[in-house]
Amino acid sequence: MFNWSFLRRAGGFLAVGILALTASLALAATQLTGAGSTFDYPFFSKAFYEYSQKHADLTVNYQSIGSGGGIQQFIAKTVDFGASDVPMNEEELKRAGGDVLQIPITLGGEAIGYNLPGVGKGLKMTRQLIAEIYLGKVTKWNDAKIARLNPGVKLPNMPITVVHRSDGSGTTYIFTDFLSHVSPEWKQKVGAGKSVQWPVGIGGKGNEGVAGQVRETPGAIGYIELAYVLENQMTYARVQNQAGKWLYPSIKTVAAAAATKPNVSATDFSIVDAAGADSYPISGYSWVMVYKKPTNPGRAKLVRNVLTWLVSDGQKVAESVDYVPLPQNVQHQALSIIGQMQA
Amino acid sequence: MESSRDNQPSPDSGLPAKPQIGGEATLAGMVESPAFEQPVRMPKVAAGTAFDALVHGSTLVFLALVLGLFVELLWSSRQSISTFGFSFLWTSEWNPVTSKFGALPFVYGTVVSSAIAILLAGFTGVMSGAFLAEFCPPRLSQVLGLLIELLAAVPSVVYGLWGLFVLAPLMRVYIEPFLQSWFGFLPIFSGAIYGVGMLTAGVILAIMIVPTVTAISRDAMAAVPQSQREAVWALGATRWQGFRMAVLPGARAGVFGACILALGRALGETIATTMVIGNRPAISASLFAPGYSISSVIANEFTEATTQVYLSALIELGLLLFVISVIVNGVARLLLWKVFTTTGAQ
Repeated sequence: MFNWSFLRRAGGFLAVGILALTASLALAATQLTGAGSTFDYPFFSKAFYEYSQKHADLTVNYQSIGSGGGIQQFIAKTVDFGASDVPMNEEELKRAGGDVLQIPITLGGEAIGYNLPGVGKGLKMTRQLIAEIYLGKVTKWNDAKIARLNPGVKLPNMPITVVHRSDGSGTTYIFTDFLSHVSPEWKQKVGAGKSVQWPVGIGGKGNEGVAGQVRETPGAIGYIELAYVLENQMTYARVQNQAGKWLYPSIKTVAAAAATKPNVSATDFSIVDAAGADSYPISGYSWVMVYKKPTNPGRAKLVRNVLTWLVSDGQKVAESVDYVPLPQNVQHQALSIIGQMQA
Repeated sequence: MESSRDNQPSPDSGLPAKPQIGGEATLAGMVESPAFEQPVRMPKVAAGTAFDALVHGSTLVFLALVLGLFVELLWSSRQSISTFGFSFLWTSEWNPVTSKFGALPFVYGTVVSSAIAILLAGFTGVMSGAFLAEFCPPRLSQVLGLLIELLAAVPSVVYGLWGLFVLAPLMRVYIEPFLQSWFGFLPIFSGAIYGVGMLTAGVILAIMIVPTVTAISRDAMAAVPQSQREAVWALGATRWQGFRMAVLPGARAGVFGACILALGRALGETIATTMVIGNRPAISASLFAPGYSISSVIANEFTEATTQVYLSALIELGLLLFVISVIVNGVARLLLWKVFTTTGAQ
């Protein structure tokens, strides 16, 4: 027959179990939250996972909602740190109401990918040529300006389909910053920004959108994150740097560009078109923002620990996911900024 | 706009789907039946009042929502409105670097891509709805109907990716060159071919909304009383004549409603459009050229819009989309009302 006392006992066990479970959850990790750049996401998710493996009492929840969103959340103080591909500007700092520390956290380079039937990886392009293509002045692949740089390559008589990012992104910022540095005409007509008024071309959403568009359209050219290109086997160009060398984007050449500017700061952060024989010209930093005097000192201490690890030992994780680790001198710079946190 | 999917009557509910829009007429007919010569009033008891309050309250919530949405959009876009004034509506420049914003290319892109979609999907959808309701064996009709409703439930991002990786190359290699070789003298089929662009966006939207049109117009046609068909058949009409003379007039309101619902979805569709429209804020005569839509630019640029006026301009675009939807719905209702008052006198 049905046994009521059994049911009661079972209910008792259940209640104890639930209590124990909630208690253990409450005892478990403190959760820090960060929000921002989608570019940082693959690096952060791996790095924070490894960090929580070593520190069982802490998890970091990073929401890749975009740099703009990250800055908004940071200003609204709903997150412990924000992340952005471009440092906060003066208007945003004013709205933040409190001293903000901006820390360089990782580096990215951008490849010039293309789709030309019969032409493999490594087409040579000067900085000037890239600007002229994006200005709509060079419109055919067999243009003399391209042919002169690439003797022996059979360039098809094909229109150049320019592809750019349609979504606002740090990637676009770095690329247009680069074009503004190498072409006065670009600087005057278009300028640098996370979204700009493109003279020519079609827009693809995200790295995957641009890469997809380039892959599907013969004659297309586009700028794509290095990490994405390395993982997706695309054909991309060798770009001539300031010193005249033809370079592929790589972890080494991007780091070399960054190393030329040890005193990088939130107001002076551009490393495009860097000097130095091994510097790849289209690269830039990504940033993390924290308040100098956070409201909750307990959490601030944890944030400081995480960030300290992230810019030192955590940089090894970056390389494993095709991100460019900070050069030694920039790591020191980053550590000294983190040191100013009052926690 | 996503919610439009929920409005579809389910196929097996057995309820006539006709009251979508033309419902008033049917209801009025019921009330006027001889049994109720004097309108019968329900006695007012406590439960009745509570019920009344509940019903009215729930309706008021919707009213408040729509109003609140409008006010919020207006308030959040005040900076853009005061900076650009009405010129926002007819300026084509969209330059985040210099903070100059104009809405015209986006409005154009939204309207044109949706118009292409409803032109393609309206005809196809109504015809396939007719086939399912009138000319197809019931068994097959059930299976096909299920498949079509399945199509309506596919998430838009899937359509978008399919559009980018399958449809766009097809358009670039076969369809657009074909159109150009035959009709290239028309400005709408001239110019460079990219694969992505206004026409491709229109086609992907058409594919997305055709299940809505089909399902609702099928239900509307199925709801036409059998006696009407039989009456026409008895006069010696063929199947096709019967459809034209008995079914189509009866289902007109429902069919029209289906198209409006579908158009609403096309106007607001975001992710699929973004993938294939080319995202270029320009107005060109050619349908092969890349364009841009309101919802796409909001989705693309909202997260990274860091200056106040930029954000405000994007919200004003949202306000415009809201207004466009209201206008489209209003005009559609007006048309419908016209149709009913001129021919529905019987």
